[in-house]
Order: sequence, then structure tokens, then C-alpha cells
Amino acid sequence: MINENSDIILSVRDLRANVDGTEILKGLNLEVRAGEIHAIMGLNGSGKSTFSKVLAGHPDYEVTAGEIHFKGQDLLELEPHDRATAGIFLAFQYPLEIPGVSNRDFLRVAFNAHRKARGEDEIDVFDFDDLIEEKLDVVKMDASFLDRSVNEGFSGGEKKRNEILQMALLEPALAILDETDSGLDIDALKTVAGGVNQLSTPDNAVVLITHYQRLLDYIVPDYVHVMADGRIITTGGKDLAKELESRGYEWVLEAFRTGVTA
Amino acid sequence: MTSSTSEVRSVATADQRDAYLKGLVQRVRAAVTTELALDELRSRAAALLNEQTFPSARDEDWRFTDLADLLAHDFVAAGEASVSEADVADLRLPETAGAQVVVVNGRFSTERSQLHNLPDGVAVGTLRSHSNLQIAERLAQASGHHEVFTALNTVGFQDAVVIWVPRNTVVETPIQIIYLSQPGAAALIAQPRCLVVAESGSALTLIEDFSGLSAAPHFTNAVTELWLDANAQLTHSRIQREGAGTFHIGKTAVTQARDSQYIGTAADFGARLARHNWEIYQTGEQTTTKIYGLGAIARHQHIDTHSLVALSHPHGVVEQQHKAIVDDHAHSVFNGRMAVAQKAQLTNASQLNRNLLLSDKARVDTKPQLEIVADNVKCAHGATVSQLQADEIFYLQSRGISAPQAQRLLIYAFAMEILETIGVETLRSRLAETISQWA
Repeated sequence: MINENSDIILSVRDLRANVDGTEILKGLNLEVRAGEIHAIMGLNGSGKSTFSKVLAGHPDYEVTAGEIHFKGQDLLELEPHDRATAGIFLAFQYPLEIPGVSNRDFLRVAFNAHRKARGEDEIDVFDFDDLIEEKLDVVKMDASFLDRSVNEGFSGGEKKRNEILQMALLEPALAILDETDSGLDIDALKTVAGGVNQLSTPDNAVVLITHYQRLLDYIVPDYVHVMADGRIITTGGKDLAKELESRGYEWVLEAFRTGVTA
Repeated sequence: MTSSTSEVRSVATADQRDAYLKGLVQRVRAAVTTELALDELRSRAAALLNEQTFPSARDEDWRFTDLADLLAHDFVAAGEASVSEADVADLRLPETAGAQVVVVNGRFSTERSQLHNLPDGVAVGTLRSHSNLQIAERLAQASGHHEVFTALNTVGFQDAVVIWVPRNTVVETPIQIIYLSQPGAAALIAQPRCLVVAESGSALTLIEDFSGLSAAPHFTNAVTELWLDANAQLTHSRIQREGAGTFHIGKTAVTQARDSQYIGTAADFGARLARHNWEIYQTGEQTTTKIYGLGAIARHQHIDTHSLVALSHPHGVVEQQHKAIVDDHAHSVFNGRMAVAQKAQLTNASQLNRNLLLSDKARVDTKPQLEIVADNVKCAHGATVSQLQADEIFYLQSRGISAPQAQRLLIYAFAMEILETIGVETLRSRLAETISQWA
């Protein structure tokens, strides 16, 4: 939902970043306001996932130039866990398995870390159980998932639903979904998309990183950006995704190379 | 820069080690009271010792555990010692109230032991008070009794804790033995001895807790023999949290008759050097053996678990998991031997050893040793050595959990897989608390 008067949640200017000494992001600009849903599309290697990792603060990614402001704060100054409690949430493309840590304990520790950062008291096991049971509905998950180790032995769809469950619990101001739709069957895709739609409010924002237009049938973006060679080369509305789906990326890249914007 | 004491020392010659062992045998034997002479038993052990020498790194069984630091001390046999209730209070578990034996430097403490909550017929006491039982058939009769430290204990133990559970008796209250090491002005050797006989069809839970009261040099040489007669069930926890100056060498010898079930969990957190020889001998078919080990060490600590499961009858089931968390300059050794004889057909055994290195100076040596003669058996084994995974930590950080908290959570999870096998809740949660304080 576009509202020109809503607060700017994320502002990225001329962002450059390296992995292992190789420059991947080469001057990325993006502005996201409260209430908006942005989709970032692009070919493999265009830097989409790198951008999501840089936002979350992954230590392997080195920012060499530019700035990121998140709700007025200098995001690059914050440790990864402080970014999370400030309201950044990254749904991983490949959620990690953590043997021996129950999903329930993991979610409670994460939730309490957020409460603590807000200066609130931690909630106890019983209150937490009530809260989490409620959130399970968002992703249609069975309570038995709570007592299994985090993501261990989960199917691809279960792992992605578990990511959305965490999003539902932590209520981020900015959720970045890194190829959450990749490899999902249609039912799981609908569940995940339904969860995201349910969690989307005028006060928060979502950035969807995806290869496929299909996800955008279920989560309708306000803006579609195309990334290539480490920056956003064109931006359009939801119809741009459909056009990319039918015509491919080459015409956009060609237009960019010849200096004409789509 | 500090250097490890283990890096600056001279290697003792075979003659020096020989002389050291002879001196030690002499001193511990001289301290034995005539009341518990056990002449035949002790003479046999002394004869066995006479044919052996003190182990060195040249012995395959001691390749990674160097006892040179131990040789620097002329340990003398510990005499009578008493401890205050305050020294014991924190170790008592509410679940074991009325079934607690306290042993100080290898001697039974009448003052601190509390044994009013045991079923009729269950005998828990000392060797002196149990002379009428068939002790001679069991004491020092388990296979492996000839091993040098086991024989040293047999030659010189001052008293033994004896637990005898009659046929078909179920002991509901877990029995806890608290072995306290109280180092003295001179470096002492204490040799706790324990004999447990679970007669056929009986069941009990045993907790052995080795704790130390100071960081002064000390040598605990403990031997526990557990006998499971037909269809008996024994659940055993062995906790080692001795003082920082203690050399702890322990033997657990389990003899399992047919249809018996032994579940053991060993936790090694303390001592400067600890060696646990954990041996399970099968004497009948269809035994179940589950052994779980957890080591968690730092600084220059050294722990070594040598386990042996010797199967000689069909239908045995063995499950073994051993884990170590190794920080700073610490060193953990695991040697897991499974001997499956020709007769032990249809054995189903698994062994898994996982190690977590928390520092690049920490060291792990691990060796599964499967000796399988029988041709129709399942024996799975595996060993891993890893560090905390940066990606796992980042995943937790991305959910608002700080890096140190994420590390603690991962270490805790690693340890809990083993600690969860401990059924006595207070013990489990206290050990979990120790682990959660890590880093």
C-alpha cells in the first residue's frame, strides 16, 4: 500500500559491498516506506541475496561505501542482533538446522531478546506457550513442530513456514524474504503468502527477493525492482513482474546498457 | 605468555617408572588395616602389579594421556579425614534423601552418610558390615581386574562401599555415593572402592559423584564393580568434578548377565587429568547396554575415556554416544572399543563420538575400535570434530540473540543431548546449569 506521507523505514544510498574481496554490490539505492511491499527480482548473481545478507549484518559481507538508514538509525553501526531487535527480519533462503535446541526454546529466547531490548520483562514459559500457539495459526503449523529441534528434519516447506512463524512472533518493521518461495509447492506457497499478507500492516514493510513472478500472484507488490550487476537498474509496478515473466530479463538489461530506462 | 607445565618436563625412564610404582604399592599396602587384610585378594593383586610397570605413552592404551606430571608427586595413602556438613550439603540431591553414602578420601563416613530410606533387604554399607554376603565371588573378580590401576586399588583400598540388592527387589530411591577428595598437606592418594550387586530381577539407580574440596595435588584412584545378574536393571550416573589439582583415574567394570539392562551416563568436568576406563562385559545373551559420556573441559585440563564393550553372547544391544566440549588448551581423548566375539551373533551396536572444539589450541584424539569376529551383526560408528558453526551463530543473531548468548545456546544444546539421559532431575538440571555458565 503506497502512502507518500508514511514514514521512511529503509533508505539505502550508493551501497557497495564485497565478499572475499570481490565487489558484489556496486551502488545500490532503495527507499522503502511503511506499508509498502517491494519485490526485488533479477538473475542469479545479480546481488539480490547479498543485499539481504548485508541488511541483516552477515559478517562475511563487507560494506565498502554508501549508507543504510533504518528508521532513522545508521544500520551499519549495529550488530546483527541489535538490527534484529531494532526491527529487521531476514527470512533465510536456507534456514539453518540447529540440533538439540527445541524450536520452542529458540523462539522464546528470541522473543525475550526482543522484549529485553525494548526494556520489557521477559515472559515466562507458560505465557509464551499461549502466545506461540496463537501464532501457529498464521502458518497453519502443528504444535508438535515446537518440540522438535530447530528445522532439523523439516521439509523445505516446513522450514519456510517456520521462518514466517518467527516473523509472526517477532513482528518486524521490515521483513526481508530471501527467495522464500523457491522450491515450494503450491500449497506451501499459498500458506507462506497468506501468512505474509496477514502480517503486513500500514506500519511495517516487506521486501521480497524472488526469481519467480508466481509468488507475486499471492503477495501483490507495490514496487518491482530489477537488480543487475549489483544495483537496481529499473523499477516498476506489479505489471513489471508479469512482463519479466513473459519476456525474460534481456530487454531490461539491454535497455539499461543503452542508457534508456524501461 | 604462560606455558603448560606438561610441556616442560623430562620423560621418566622405564626404571624410574618401575621404581615409582613399587614405591606407591608399598606405601598404599603398608597403610591397609589388618581388619581388612583380605590377604589372598591383595596378594594376588600385588603379584599382578609386580609383573607390570607404570604406563607410559609407549603403551597403546596410554598413547595420548601422559602421566609424567603424576610421577612428579610421591603420593602417600590418605588417612582418616572428616568433612563438615557444609562441604557435603550442596552435593546431596533431594531425590536421594535417605540413600546417601559419603566417602571421604576413600573411607566411608558414618557421620555424613544417611541411609534410612532403603527397602528391606537392601544392604548399603561398608565391606566390614557385609562380611556375611558372598563378597569373595564378586570383589575384584570382574574381567580387567589385572589392569595396573585396578590392581593398585585392590592392593590398597581402605574400605569399600557395598550395595547389595536382593532378587526381584526394586529400589525406588536412587542411591547416591558422594566421594569427596580432601587434599592434605602432603599429596595424598585416595582409593575409593565400590561393589554393587543387583541380583536377578532387581532394579536400582546409582549416582556416583566424585567431587574435590581443593585445588591442591591429589590422586584419586577409584574402582567400581557393578554386577547385573539375570534380568537386573541398573541406571548409573558417574559425575567427575574433582579439584583442579587432582589426578583422577577411575575404573567402572560392569558385568552383565543375560537379559540385563545397564544404562550409564558419565560426565567429566573436573580434575587436571582424568582417565575413565569404562568396561562392560557380557556373560549372557540379550543384554542391553547404553552408555553416554560428556566431557566439558578448559584451561589445561585433560580427560580420557577408554570404553570397552565385550560381547560374547547373541542378541546384545549396545548404544554408545560420547561427546566432548574442549576449550582453551584442553585435551580430550576417546577410545571406544567394541569386541564382538564369534558367539555374539545378531549383536546390534552403535557408537557415535562428537567433539566440539572451542579454541584453536584445544585438542581431541578419538579412536573407534571395532573388533568384530561374528558375521551377522550390525555395528555402526562415527566420529566428528567440529567448531561452533558461524552460520548457526549468525542465524541466531538474526533473531535478536547476541553472539555470546548464541554460543552458550549451541554449547548447551550439544551437551543436553547427553545430560538428558540422566533421569534424576535435580542432578540433570545442576549439570545443565554448569554447562550454561560456559563462556
